[in-house]
Amino acid sequence: MKQLLTGNEAIARGLYEAGVTVAAAYPGTPSTEIMENVANYKEIRSRWSPNEKVAVEVAGSAAMAGARAFAAMKHVGLNVAADPMMTLAYEGVNGGLVILTADDPGMHSSQNEQDNRNFSIFGKLLCIEPSDSQECKDFIKIAYEISERYDLVVLFRMSTRVCHSKSIVEIGERKEVGVREYVKDVKKNIMVPAHSRPRHFVLEDIFKKVEEEYAYTTPLNKIEWNSKKIGIICSGISYQHCKDVFGEDASYLHLGLLNPLSKKQIKEFADQVEELYIVEESEPFIEMQVRAMGIACKGKDVVPRCDELNTRRIGKAFGVKRYVEEDLYQPEVKAPARPPVLCAGCPHRGFFYELGKMKDVMVAGDIGCYTLGMAAPLSAVDSVICMGGGFSGATGFDQANKEAGRKTKVFGCVGDSTFFHSGITSLVDAVYNKADAVYCILNNSITAMTGHQDNPGTGKTITGEITEAIDPLAIVRSLGIPEDHIRVVDPLNLEETRAAIKDAYESTGVFVIMTKSPCALIKEVQKANAGKHVTANPDKCKSCKACLKIGCPAVALGKDGKIKIDLAQCNGCGICKQVCKFGALE
Amino acid sequence: MENANILLVGVGGQGTLLVSKILSEGLMEAGYDVKMSEIHGMSQRGGSVSTHIKFGKKVNSPVIAEGEADILVSFEQVEALRALPYLKKGGTLIVNDHQIYSMPIITGAEDYPEGVIEYLKKICPDTLSLNAGEIAEGLGNIKAQNVVLLGAMIKKLGLDSIDWKAVIAKMVPEKFKELNLKAYDAGYAL
Repeated sequence: MKQLLTGNEAIARGLYEAGVTVAAAYPGTPSTEIMENVANYKEIRSRWSPNEKVAVEVAGSAAMAGARAFAAMKHVGLNVAADPMMTLAYEGVNGGLVILTADDPGMHSSQNEQDNRNFSIFGKLLCIEPSDSQECKDFIKIAYEISERYDLVVLFRMSTRVCHSKSIVEIGERKEVGVREYVKDVKKNIMVPAHSRPRHFVLEDIFKKVEEEYAYTTPLNKIEWNSKKIGIICSGISYQHCKDVFGEDASYLHLGLLNPLSKKQIKEFADQVEELYIVEESEPFIEMQVRAMGIACKGKDVVPRCDELNTRRIGKAFGVKRYVEEDLYQPEVKAPARPPVLCAGCPHRGFFYELGKMKDVMVAGDIGCYTLGMAAPLSAVDSVICMGGGFSGATGFDQANKEAGRKTKVFGCVGDSTFFHSGITSLVDAVYNKADAVYCILNNSITAMTGHQDNPGTGKTITGEITEAIDPLAIVRSLGIPEDHIRVVDPLNLEETRAAIKDAYESTGVFVIMTKSPCALIKEVQKANAGKHVTANPDKCKSCKACLKIGCPAVALGKDGKIKIDLAQCNGCGICKQVCKFGALE
Repeated sequence: MENANILLVGVGGQGTLLVSKILSEGLMEAGYDVKMSEIHGMSQRGGSVSTHIKFGKKVNSPVIAEGEADILVSFEQVEALRALPYLKKGGTLIVNDHQIYSMPIITGAEDYPEGVIEYLKKICPDTLSLNAGEIAEGLGNIKAQNVVLLGAMIKKLGLDSIDWKAVIAKMVPEKFKELNLKAYDAGYAL
C-alpha cells in the first residue's frame, strides 16, 4: 500500500516496522510529529521526556537492556543530550539504538543553524541521512540492523525539508524482534576509566571495520551514472535539489551513510568524473574529508554555508545558465513585514504588557511562545539563549549588575514545559547561591509552540493516560522559597499581575511569580470561549491608541481612526478592555 | 497536465493546509508522483506561511525556488507581493481579495499598501482576483474560503480529469461536506 507521508510520519512507520519497543523524545520543531505519530502504535512504549538528555538516557539504557530503542529531538536538543550520547557510544548497544536529530537549515523555527553531522565524528557514531520519506522509513530500519551488527549507536540526521515534506511511501509490515537477553557486563556498561580506556580502542577498531567492510557496499549509498563531465557527491535534501538542477548532465554519489565515509567509494567515483562537486547544506562535512584525501573538488568555495539550499542557490553557485540569468518578478510595491506574534487571547500578553512598562529592569527570556514577548510593541525581553536559559540568564544579569553597582532589577521567564526541562536546576542554583532576582514561570498548562504536547505538569502522558500532574509551585516551595516571595497570578487580570510585578521589583532575594492561565488555543479553552468577544464602541473611542500597545492581532484602528475588533480572532480575554480609559471596549 | 509547481501562501490559520492535503491526495490517486513541503512552528503564530506542492511523472526537490512556481495562490493581498518572485514569469496568480493586518501595521510602524490587486494585475497579466471570504460567507461559513480558492485553482490548472469532489468528500468532516462541495463549485465557476 502507498501513502503520502511526511518524513516524520515515515520515521514513525519505520520504527514500527523495525520492531522498536521503546521511544522517547522532547518536542522541538521540526522533529515533534515523529513521537506524536509513534505514540499511535501501541506496540511501542512511547513517552514525552522532560528533556532530551533524559530521553537519550532512557532509550540508551533500554537498548543496553536489550530493547530496540529510539530517541528524537531537534538539533539544539542534541546539545542537551550530548552527555549521555558521547559515552553511550563507548558502551555500544545490545538492542539497537538510534538517536534522531532534526536539524533546521534556514532556521525556520530555531535559534541557530548547527550541523549535527559533526557530532557523529566528534562522538564516534554511525551517521545516516535520508533524502525523502521513503528513505526515512527504509533507512531507519537499516539503522537498527547495523547498530546491532556492529554494536554502535546511530545518529540519524534529518533536516526541516525532509521532516516536513510529504512524498509517497510504500508501507510494510512490522517485524517483531523481541527484547534481547540481558547479561550483566560491567566492563562494557560501566564507563569508569579502567573500562573506558579499552572501550575506546574497541570503538576505533569497530569504526575501522565498518569503513572497510560495510561503508563501500552499504545500500544506504547509491551511485547514478550519467554524464561523467560532472560528478556530484551529496546527501539529504541536497540530492533532490541537485537532481533538478543538473538532471542527467551529472553523475551522482548519493550518500546515505555519512559516518564513516567510504574513502574507496569516494576515490573511485572521483577518478571517473572530470570535475567533482560536493553539494551539502550548512557545513563542509563531506568536503573536508574529501579534501583531506587530496581530491580536488568544488564545494563551499561556491555553495553558501548559511541558510538552506534550493535549486536556484545551487544552480547559481555552479553557474548553471538558467539560474544565473535572473528573470524574476521583483515587485516595486513592498510587502510590509509579518513577524510572528502572540495569538489573540494569549495569556502571556498580559504579563509581558505589565513587565514591559517597568523602568530599569532587565528580562532574560527563553524558548517557547513567550519568546514573542520580545516583539514590538511589548518589547519586554532583553535576551534569549536556550531552554532553561531564562532563569540562569537572570542570575547572570544580576551578578554583573551587582558588580557594576547598577540598581536594575532582573526578571527571568520560562514556560511550564521549560521549567521541567531545565529551569528547575537554574532555580536551585538561584536559591543555593543566594540570587537576587525574580523568576517567573509562565504556566499555560501545555507545551504550546510546538503544537500542544503534554508535559509533566498537564496530568496526561503522550498517549492520553492520566498521570500525576506535577505542580511547579510544589517544587518552588520545596526549595525553601518563603511564601511571601511567591505570587500566583492570572495574567489576564492586569491589576493583579501589575501588583505582583511591583512586589517582586521591591523585593530582595529569590522571588517567584507564576502566571496561570491556559493557552487560548487548547481545544477545551476554545470551546469555553466560543462566542465570547470584546465589543468596540467607536462613539466612545478617543483614538488614543492605548489599546494598540498590548500588541493583540485582533485589535486595530479602522480607516476612521476608531477602534475595531476582529471578531474572528478575538476570544474575549479582555486585556484591551482593561487598558481603555474611555470605556470604548466592553 | 504533465507536471506543475503550485505555491500556496497566506497567513497562519487561513486553511492552506486543507487545500494542500486535498490537492496532494487527489494527485497521488491519479497516479502522479507528488511532493508537498511546508513549514511548521514559530511562523504559524500570525506569521506568513507557505505550502509547496509539486507533481509530475517524477518529482525530486520538494521545494519551489524563486521563479519556479507555475501557479501562485495567495490567500491574502500582500502575501502575493511577498511571494511573487517565486512565480515563474508569465505564470498564473490567484489572489484572494482580503487583507490581514500584521503587527507593524497595527502599531503604525508600517502602512498596508493601497491598490495591491491593481498593481499585481498590471505586472502579472494572468491574475485572477476574487473575494473568496465573501463567496464562502454567502454559502454559510467564511472558513470555506480555502475551498473556493481550490476550485478556482483547479479550473486554472485544467486538472479536470480528477474527481475533486470525491476527494473533498473524503477529506472533510461529514457536517461540512455540503458546504465545501458548494464552495468548490463556486470557485470553479469563476
